[in-house]
Amino acid sequence: MSELLIKNGFVFDPLQGIKGDRMDIGIKDGKIVETSALENPKTIDAAGMTVMAGGVDIHSHVVGPKVNIGRLFRPEDKLFKSPHKSPTCSRMEMGSSVPSTFKTGYDYARMGYVFVNEAAMPPLHSPHVHEEIRDTPIIDNAAMPVFGNNWFTLEYLKNNEIENNAAYTAWLLRATRGFGIKVVNPGGSEAWGWGLNCVHIHDPVPYFDITPARIIKGLIETNEHLGLPHSMHLHCNNLGNPGNYTDTLESLRLAEGYTPKNNFGREQVMHVTHLQFHAYGGDSWGNVESRSKDIMDYVNAHDNITVDMGQVTLDETTTMTADGPFEHHLRALNNLKWANVDVELETAAGVVPYIYSPKVKVCTIQWAVGLELALFSKDLMRTFVTTDHPNAGPFTRYPQVITWLMSRAARDETMKTFKWLDRTIESTSIDSIDRELTLYEIAQMTRAGPAKALGISNIYGGLAPGMDADVAVYPLNPEDMPSDPAAIEKAFARCAWLVKDGVVTVKDGEIVAEPAKRTIWVDVKVPDNAQVQRDIYEHFLRHYSVKLDNYSLFEEHLHNPRVIEVNAAQ
Amino acid sequence: MQHNEVIRSMKTVTLTLTNPSELLLEGQSITPDNFAGKKAAEIATLDVWEGKQKGPLGKYFTVAGDGGATAADTRIILRGDCTRVKRIGQQMTAGEIIIEGNADMYIGGWMKGGKIHVKGNVDSFCGIGMEGGELIVDGNAKHHVGASPRGEWRGMKGGLIRVAGSVGNDTATFINGGTIIIGGDADIHVSTHGEGGTVVIKGDARGRVGGQMVKGDIYVYGTIENPLPGFKMVGEVEQEVDGETALFAHYIGDLGERHPISRGKTVYANLYTRI
Ligand SMILES: [Zn+2]
Repeated sequence: MSELLIKNGFVFDPLQGIKGDRMDIGIKDGKIVETSALENPKTIDAAGMTVMAGGVDIHSHVVGPKVNIGRLFRPEDKLFKSPHKSPTCSRMEMGSSVPSTFKTGYDYARMGYVFVNEAAMPPLHSPHVHEEIRDTPIIDNAAMPVFGNNWFTLEYLKNNEIENNAAYTAWLLRATRGFGIKVVNPGGSEAWGWGLNCVHIHDPVPYFDITPARIIKGLIETNEHLGLPHSMHLHCNNLGNPGNYTDTLESLRLAEGYTPKNNFGREQVMHVTHLQFHAYGGDSWGNVESRSKDIMDYVNAHDNITVDMGQVTLDETTTMTADGPFEHHLRALNNLKWANVDVELETAAGVVPYIYSPKVKVCTIQWAVGLELALFSKDLMRTFVTTDHPNAGPFTRYPQVITWLMSRAARDETMKTFKWLDRTIESTSIDSIDRELTLYEIAQMTRAGPAKALGISNIYGGLAPGMDADVAVYPLNPEDMPSDPAAIEKAFARCAWLVKDGVVTVKDGEIVAEPAKRTIWVDVKVPDNAQVQRDIYEHFLRHYSVKLDNYSLFEEHLHNPRVIEVNAAQ
Repeated sequence: MQHNEVIRSMKTVTLTLTNPSELLLEGQSITPDNFAGKKAAEIATLDVWEGKQKGPLGKYFTVAGDGGATAADTRIILRGDCTRVKRIGQQMTAGEIIIEGNADMYIGGWMKGGKIHVKGNVDSFCGIGMEGGELIVDGNAKHHVGASPRGEWRGMKGGLIRVAGSVGNDTATFINGGTIIIGGDADIHVSTHGEGGTVVIKGDARGRVGGQMVKGDIYVYGTIENPLPGFKMVGEVEQEVDGETALFAHYIGDLGERHPISRGKTVYANLYTRI
């Protein structure tokens, strides 16, 4: 069958500890193989270039109803901003901060990415999520249903019924073809249904009378009870507010005493997402300051936690989150249009356009906070590149984020454009940090680390024989790195080659093939649980506006599935 | 006042529509910026779109005369019936366009400078997203004159639009700056969400004038058929508008909308109706 040999590249594979060795990568029938197993391969000459596994994004909002609301209510996001019209792609591309599904797939592929985890699936709307997954070419997708404000979850956890919550979770993962447990502003989005919020982790949720702290701990216990590939994935309470770092530290401490139980090589029990939005000191927008050091000191000392950056890229973008009360708060700050949605029994969502301007002090402080988190990290296998796309910036800016991380000169260049440079330097540590990350560390942050944290590092994120043949080749010579940081950005924006499942997909930065993409989901076997079955039946009878029989995803919505099976029945 | 046009020797390109398109023609390449530095024959090769078909400008128009050295040195005259030619002068930055008859939608859209003079009528969206320059229409215009593009909250920033006749609805939506002067009547929705700029309606306005307006000025010489309750009369003032002085009733609003505070005073939008 089809054989490929990627020759003479500088290979960076943190999962195998390979740090830029010049070596060949063999590919046969869509899998990585020993080069000795090849008979008559086609050759890709990667001499003088950087070779990594295909990129893995642990947290991005790319498919589903709130993304589509962003597309619908921001036609201006497309006007004069859909620059790429590739003659080699089968579908038209459009959009900037909220690109079309097609552009999303193509742009990730051009950057050398092959796996993207949709960060928030409203369970009721899982068919929409899966329909958009189908329409997002090339990249494999998973989607995490949200649990942190779900009525079932709140009731079970209030009564400390972990086993019942686990049975319900397994049922919902199957019903939505979901990947893992996402928690957004635990309790706060349900409180938003009452016009309230849970700002601190001990604020009780109205009616349910359970605290965010209890929800977080209960979902960690549920996750480890089931032994899921990924850990509980947390968007903390009190996002985006001055002084919130103390709430964040309190949330992080909730993971103390828990150890991971799974067969997927995952070592954390809590993934904390877009940490940048949760690392602010001060008590007003006037004196907001970076507390990234306090946060990262804690993360560095606790290896059962992983984090991603949520880097602000200083662009006009579209914020969208299941954190309904936060979006309302943001709308009041910038007076732009606002969409607000309640998803019965399950969650909420809001969408607001936002401009992160280098002329605004808060925005440039946010920019510094994100980079500091990564630059203070002692373990880049636990610290990942994200922009919480599109919340802090579009994913298409990852090459710029990587460049800022790799080059002090690139950071200085950007800082020159800041209107409030002195105030930004005063309120952050960024100017005192000279650290420049290596290509190996970038490989940790963009593929090996996220794959391991997602529990899929046996398939994605590395180049060991037997893994999926997803290989990105970047036109960057580690022995002769460009002095101009813009050249690093350019290399990561358009890879020289992307091989996906053994198929040459990108060549010289252009899409040349659109191999079949997959949907990854987690099927957990749990013991029969009559009580949970009855609870589900009752809630659908009394509270849902849809019937139980119409709720679960129909098979025809599920595109090219790859099931990860977990047996929690013993 | 400077008289640049007297000193400058502008070159004139005359386009005559001799072979009208079957579908609407997307004419965004017809700008002084695109014509500058090109000979007539080169101009004839510029792309225009008819539906999904791309073709050369010369397929539809005969082109006479060369472009000037820069956009500012280039004048374009359009002859023939351009009622179905859209986007003439879109995003132009300098120079001049004279349309001797009617034109279709999006004339002078997103223009930044220069001047367009339409001697007939235009369809909707003329001067949409305008940042600067002058757009003069001798006849009528349809909807969305000087409005913001769909979804966009950053509307007209500067420049002047003058329509001698009447206009349709949604004039000056999200206007932030610049001036729009309508000689005749305006249909519903004027300066909705406005946050600056000036709109003058010398005829009547039907209604919803200044809805959700934060800042900026509207003058209506005739009557407003259905005034909004969000505007409150605060007095009478004498004002000079478009070269003539008159007495106006002064309203502030939209009181249902947020309003910024500048130097301790709340800033409102002003609506003036002639007494
Ligand atoms: Zn997110």
